[in-house]
Amino acid sequence: MDYTLILLAIFDGLSYAALVFMVAVGLTLIFGVLQILNVAHGSLYAIGAYLTASIGGAIFAAGYAPILAFPLMLIAAALVGILLGGPIEYLLLRRIYHKPEVLQLLVTFAVFMILEDVQRLVWGNQPYFESSALQMLGNIQVFGVYYTVYQLILLPVVAALTLIGLRLFLRRTLTGRLITAVTEDREAAQAIGIDANRVYLLTFVVGAGLAGLGGALASPTTSVLPGIGAEMIVLSFAVVATAGLGRIEGAAIAALLIGLGRSAATYTYPELQVLVPYLIMLAVLLVRPEGLFGSPAARKI
Amino acid sequence: MSTRHFLPLLALLLLLFVPMAAPGLQILLTLALAKAIAVMGVTLLLRAGQVSFGHALFFGISAYAAAFIAATSLDDLVLLLIAGTAGAALSGLLVGLFVVRYRGIFFGMLNLAFSMIFWSILEKFYHYTGGADGLRLPRPTVLGLSLDRAPFELLLFYLTLALTIGLGWFTLRFLGSPIGQLFQTVKTNETRLEYLGVSARTTLLKGYVLSAALCGIGGILVATAQGIVTPSYAYWIRSGEMVFIAVLGGAGSIPGAVAGALAYEIVRAYAAAFAADIWQLVLGVFLLVVILFAPGGLAGIYTAIANRLSRRDPSPTAHSPNEARQ
Amino acid sequence: MTDPLLEARGLEIRFGGVVAADGVNLTIDEGKNLAIIGPNGAGKTTFLNICTGWLKPSKGQVFFRGEDVTRLPPRKIVQRGVARAFQIPQLFGEHTAMENLMIAVSAREGRQSPLLQMQSQPERSEMQDLLELVGCTDVADARVDELSEGQRKLIDIAVALALKPRLLLMDEPTSGVASSEKFEIMDILVKALAQADVTAVFVEHDMGIVENYADEVAVWNSGEVQMRGTPAEILAHPDVIRDVIGEETA
Repeated sequence: MDYTLILLAIFDGLSYAALVFMVAVGLTLIFGVLQILNVAHGSLYAIGAYLTASIGGAIFAAGYAPILAFPLMLIAAALVGILLGGPIEYLLLRRIYHKPEVLQLLVTFAVFMILEDVQRLVWGNQPYFESSALQMLGNIQVFGVYYTVYQLILLPVVAALTLIGLRLFLRRTLTGRLITAVTEDREAAQAIGIDANRVYLLTFVVGAGLAGLGGALASPTTSVLPGIGAEMIVLSFAVVATAGLGRIEGAAIAALLIGLGRSAATYTYPELQVLVPYLIMLAVLLVRPEGLFGSPAARKI
Repeated sequence: MSTRHFLPLLALLLLLFVPMAAPGLQILLTLALAKAIAVMGVTLLLRAGQVSFGHALFFGISAYAAAFIAATSLDDLVLLLIAGTAGAALSGLLVGLFVVRYRGIFFGMLNLAFSMIFWSILEKFYHYTGGADGLRLPRPTVLGLSLDRAPFELLLFYLTLALTIGLGWFTLRFLGSPIGQLFQTVKTNETRLEYLGVSARTTLLKGYVLSAALCGIGGILVATAQGIVTPSYAYWIRSGEMVFIAVLGGAGSIPGAVAGALAYEIVRAYAAAFAADIWQLVLGVFLLVVILFAPGGLAGIYTAIANRLSRRDPSPTAHSPNEARQ
Repeated sequence: MTDPLLEARGLEIRFGGVVAADGVNLTIDEGKNLAIIGPNGAGKTTFLNICTGWLKPSKGQVFFRGEDVTRLPPRKIVQRGVARAFQIPQLFGEHTAMENLMIAVSAREGRQSPLLQMQSQPERSEMQDLLELVGCTDVADARVDELSEGQRKLIDIAVALALKPRLLLMDEPTSGVASSEKFEIMDILVKALAQADVTAVFVEHDMGIVENYADEVAVWNSGEVQMRGTPAEILAHPDVIRDVIGEETA
């Protein structure tokens, strides 16, 4: 394998990792606070992608400037977070926080089933592809290799900003502190007057919005078609499990590991490409069952 | 025998006459009963407090194993069943060795991951698996006899019915046996289990292998009935369907699994024509309704009605607290 | 000379900055019931956790009948003849009291056949006796998660006894039991243990119980065995009265 291919593999891996991170970080944030694994998270990603690709396609065809693609992504993410995330938490999850974990899983799995068909109903079975945002930013030459600015610079920058932003938000702002307090001890937080329900709602909306943003950002780079949600929930779970459930910074590192591993396979053993993320996850979990950065839960007896 | 056991047995008895009385339902019920066997596998795990979103993996593995063998000169139904079941049990052992280290979320999702891996392999390695088109599974001989389509389908119906009853009985016996009871304590207290000198992982693994074998037997029967296997056998939608039926039937109830599968397939056969595009959506909504408002599923509803009736009875039958879940 | 039943040598463990075991040395001889007393947080439960393999000490070893069991998981130690009853009872909540005992006996006998039904196990009279021993025959067929804490503790002890251990470790066996019944239960229990040749170690706060039912007493303080002796010696010691008994009555 020559030097150009190695560079290409690294760039592929980096941009892919950035996208997966956007989805995984929402999943892990929600788990960290609500202690619920949102199986429908992949569907939120898919819907973010569908919204961006279909609305973008329509408005650019009507002659609007392609620069609108970027605000559109944010709008799509906000729509997913508020219009889907909000009601899911408020109407459903709120009823099941005290229920056994298996039931919680079943409920979000049911939401996943519903949303997969909602996508099919709204957008049909044909693929959507709308890459104005990608084309607008053009290419860049790095060490003799041409790569799109969108994938090589924009995606990783957005992912890094999300990571830093979340960190600062959770540690420096009042709302962030409230979230952290509820995460650490729900009863104690409520005892001092924190409205845990609002914290849960807010966290879920933000997490869902991040999944939507991930989908919106992914849409210019790939065809949006049925089934991407199912693949993404398994993939982002792989990232989150590799990192350790609830670990935000860890998710970034796990996403890089899995993204680079996957692209390395793409250039060497392409048949293994889809398997690599899972193989990485399985290998990590064999050695560290609680993930790279997770700590084993101590059972008190 | 109390009335509450009488009705389910009567229903099974009536199934015996389906080929004569309602031949149009024969294929449909063959598929429904085959799925019921697979769902028993998922139900079994629910008794240990675990849910698998990837049990279609074993359904698919055995179906493909059967298809591979059917392509050789060994294509006899008995051999397909033995080899497919063995394949499912063996892969259940291998996957199980890994997933029994986990509970709850990880257990459910790692099962999903394994099934997605297998599904990807089926899709990508089309030289061997036929890709998305799958493999044909020509009608096998039965103990060396080649049968025409009609007698073969009749035989398959009775075989499936017999296996449903036999395996259902076996699974209930398993749950009532010491190892089955230990298996169920994984749900309630692993600390005590460990302090009884028993490994929770090994205990869970035994049930897991049985659950994989049950899914596998269901897979072979469906594949043989349909004459074709495709990657959809192992896809998450199939796993989700199994979980759905298990919850609909009554989380943890073996007769409930059979009732759930029959109800599900019959409704689907008639309703799917109107709701083909939104089938998952309908299932999802229904799943939410069952979980939130009727967590005992069909079995729970049946027990509640039977209890109400037997309370009017002058000599109420004694029942154990676990009865709702039998 | 025969090996002691259990021997702890130089056990050390810390959680964060807290030292829960700081060089614990202790031998437990067969047939001599030992009471462990000491203030809260002295490391009494931690000691039981280390002895049964639930926690691994950073230093030191545990020997059971001469065999080093330090690195073994709890189930392997249980299989060698150590049973445990817990401060918070550890039972199978969806099963009845009788079923909990049946499961314990199945585990002890290592029954593997999926066709043998648990209800038809031959040891029924043995389980009846165990329930009678702890005074719970009337709740034999009640789900244990519907019983009182006191009843659950007693069934927890019965489950441990069903394993027919050589050594039984109990963490505050009579807490949660009405004080009028404590002595009655301990009377029966201690007799039954002697009959079955089981040595008992129990963590206890009630000095009346310690005085009447222990052959020996070990006093824990800050992760160490501070003192060891007969109940009469220990309970008369001024340090013990100040550090342990004083705190209990305060």
